Amino acid sequence: MTRAADVLIVGAGIVGAACALELAKAGVRVTILEERFVSAGATGASMGHIVVMDDSEAQFSLTRYSQVLWEELHEELPPDVEYERCGTIWIAADEEEMAEVRRKCSYYADRGVPAEILDPRSLHDAEPHLRVPLAGGLFVAGDSVIYPPAAASFLLQRAVELGATLHLGKAVVSLGKGNAGLADGTTLSAGRLINAAGQFAPKLTCGIQIKPRKGHLVITDRYPGTVRHQLVELGYLKSAHSLTSDSVAFNIQPRKTGQLLIGSSRQYNAEHDEVDSAILSRMLERAFEYLPAVASFAGIRIWTGFRPATPDKLPLIGPWLDDPTLYIASGHEGLGITTSLATGKLICAQILGQSPAIPAEPYLPSRQTVSETNVEAHV
Amino acid sequence: MDSIIQRIFDVAVIGAGPAGIAAALAAAETGASVALIDDNPAPGGQIWRGGRNASHHLEARRWLERLSKSRVTLIGGTRVFYAHSGALEAESDHSLWQLLYGKLILATGARELFLPFPGWTMPNVFGAGGLQALVKSGLPVKGKHVVIAGTGPLLLAVAAYLCERGADVLCICEQAPFARLRAFTLGMASYPGKLVETAQLRFRSRRAPYLTSAWPVAALGQDRLQAVRISDNGRLREIECEYLACGFHLVPNLELARALDCRVVDGFVGVNELQETSQPGVYCAGEPTGIGGVELSIVEGQIAGHAAAGRVSSAKRLLTTRARSRRAVKAMKKAFALRPELAALATPDTLLCRCEDVSFEAAQKHATWRAAKLHSRCGMGPCQGRVCGAAAEFLFGWTMDSSRPPIFPARCSSLAAISTPASPAQGHGGSQ
Repeated sequence: MTRAADVLIVGAGIVGAACALELAKAGVRVTILEERFVSAGATGASMGHIVVMDDSEAQFSLTRYSQVLWEELHEELPPDVEYERCGTIWIAADEEEMAEVRRKCSYYADRGVPAEILDPRSLHDAEPHLRVPLAGGLFVAGDSVIYPPAAASFLLQRAVELGATLHLGKAVVSLGKGNAGLADGTTLSAGRLINAAGQFAPKLTCGIQIKPRKGHLVITDRYPGTVRHQLVELGYLKSAHSLTSDSVAFNIQPRKTGQLLIGSSRQYNAEHDEVDSAILSRMLERAFEYLPAVASFAGIRIWTGFRPATPDKLPLIGPWLDDPTLYIASGHEGLGITTSLATGKLICAQILGQSPAIPAEPYLPSRQTVSETNVEAHV
Repeated sequence: MDSIIQRIFDVAVIGAGPAGIAAALAAAETGASVALIDDNPAPGGQIWRGGRNASHHLEARRWLERLSKSRVTLIGGTRVFYAHSGALEAESDHSLWQLLYGKLILATGARELFLPFPGWTMPNVFGAGGLQALVKSGLPVKGKHVVIAGTGPLLLAVAAYLCERGADVLCICEQAPFARLRAFTLGMASYPGKLVETAQLRFRSRRAPYLTSAWPVAALGQDRLQAVRISDNGRLREIECEYLACGFHLVPNLELARALDCRVVDGFVGVNELQETSQPGVYCAGEPTGIGGVELSIVEGQIAGHAAAGRVSSAKRLLTTRARSRRAVKAMKKAFALRPELAALATPDTLLCRCEDVSFEAAQKHATWRAAKLHSRCGMGPCQGRVCGAAAEFLFGWTMDSSRPPIFPARCSSLAAISTPASPAQGHGGSQ
């Protein structure tokens, strides 16, 4: 058995990468083990939208904290991360959704997040290709877009420069009590272990409630200038999404290349990564409803990915029950790109016994055992 | 909204090159309903491009003539972008086709292998087949100085074609060493037909010097090609020219076979004696089963066509012809194997992926094709790695994973109309 490091991280997605960098910055000796390659899981399949959300107070504080961290970091990001502070426009289709726009706007304003209500005319000026009529929208200027695999690589590279070690192609089969058992029969030991394996986290830590939630994305050829902001329908909040049934929502992202990334779909109990033509069709039809021009655009690639979803839509960040060596940093569902940086900060503070910048309690994995009776719908 | 056309055929053949035409005609002999689908408006594939109105040699004219008189339904200008078991989704300019089939024959042909060297993306540097196709569709080459480089008999065919259209072919650079070609030529004595064909091509291109152990090292010029630097038997020299045509073998189009989960062995679709793939009822003929040229493609197509239409005895009568043709191809493959020096022509900043502007260096640092795609965007543009993927296979020894749908870029409205097959969907690969 070899003492590999002070902290051993399993998973080189964006969450593992952010944890590695934060710990390395604090002078901790970190080793990252990845079964496949950097960003091979949800990070590599994701959209890369950095967005403040207000599903719950806890979700708000984690996403907001992270958004600020990304903003602080953005000048250091290399060009291939394609950071673009394009902002989000939440689109209201009707008066009911417009009421939600006003609620959301004052919620954000109360918490210091700049947001602006758009009437139908200013919405049209901002995004001329959107269908008419629409009731309006909410413009959140601080949201941004990145290319997640490049961001994860950047964070890891920084960590490595600060002394971290990255091992690719190393499959971990057991994790706990200060040891990581590898598929090749070797064991690595460390003072602390972090399970950042995303949707695969439950395989290593029995009892974690994370289920893969399948999504589809379509990317188009280049149509520069067609869409200027990340556009999300507010109906997203109604549909985005039920915990039990399949759903789609209009969510479109302009890439720096001029390409458009079209989402989104959410499916439980879909084990295979094949394209599901029925939900793909619903997802695209939803996009055409809002942005009719897209129907004639060339789609060059369709892919699927799995979000690591928890029953209460909050990630698991913190120590794991009765194993004092083991920490969990997984279950970020569709917000892992946004919340990766805050996760790194929280985990680092917890391991070093410092007090975190935001309360860590809502994300503690121990909540899952407390509220176990409430999660039947999730199974 | 595009019109949606739904049709049912006993046999669907994808690709209207020699293999596809032969397959469609053989299948139609029994009275089966046969569709022949191709993305070009006219049948003929790359090699008999332009259909019946183009000038072709006798054999091409004979096949195209037979096709025009047959009951085969030709669906031209139409691209198959998605395949399920039992159904195809295809797109033409204004229509979406949903084609249900009983049996399927993949005759998807091959494309040129491009090897990156400094300057290979410069205007007027072409694939050999690509330049030939451009000339066929009207590019004038009379009096133009052309260098042809690469390997194999294709170079002679292109040289002969260009010479006859008045091009000044300055030289043909064959990368294979002379000794190997001599051994090959002697071995071809048992295939007099091939030998005569090659001799004729050489005669028609006789004004162009034929160099062996010679290959391009760099294309030179400012905004367009002015000269090519070649390695000629170990010595570097520059030749001024206006066009450079490179032909380094062909690579099979496997996207459809992969989408249908057909077994691929060593870069080619695995088929049984009757050209049937690992997926029952899905046949494959021509270049995707092994690069073999027109003669082999035709006989494979005929076998697949007969077999798909249920006439196994007719198919089996052709097995000896196919075996003979395959032996000739094997000898050729050995003679024109690419030398390892060709994998070392690119400099760190030479482009590998021209869709996404990814350099050789940026791609090289990754361990697998999938990782290179994700991190460098190599192969993520509209061509979906059709060009750089094959080059990366040769340069880095990577193997291509299953490609993501759609098989070709398609209008989003067409993607939204992909039907849900009654039977469980065949696996289009997902994020893995």
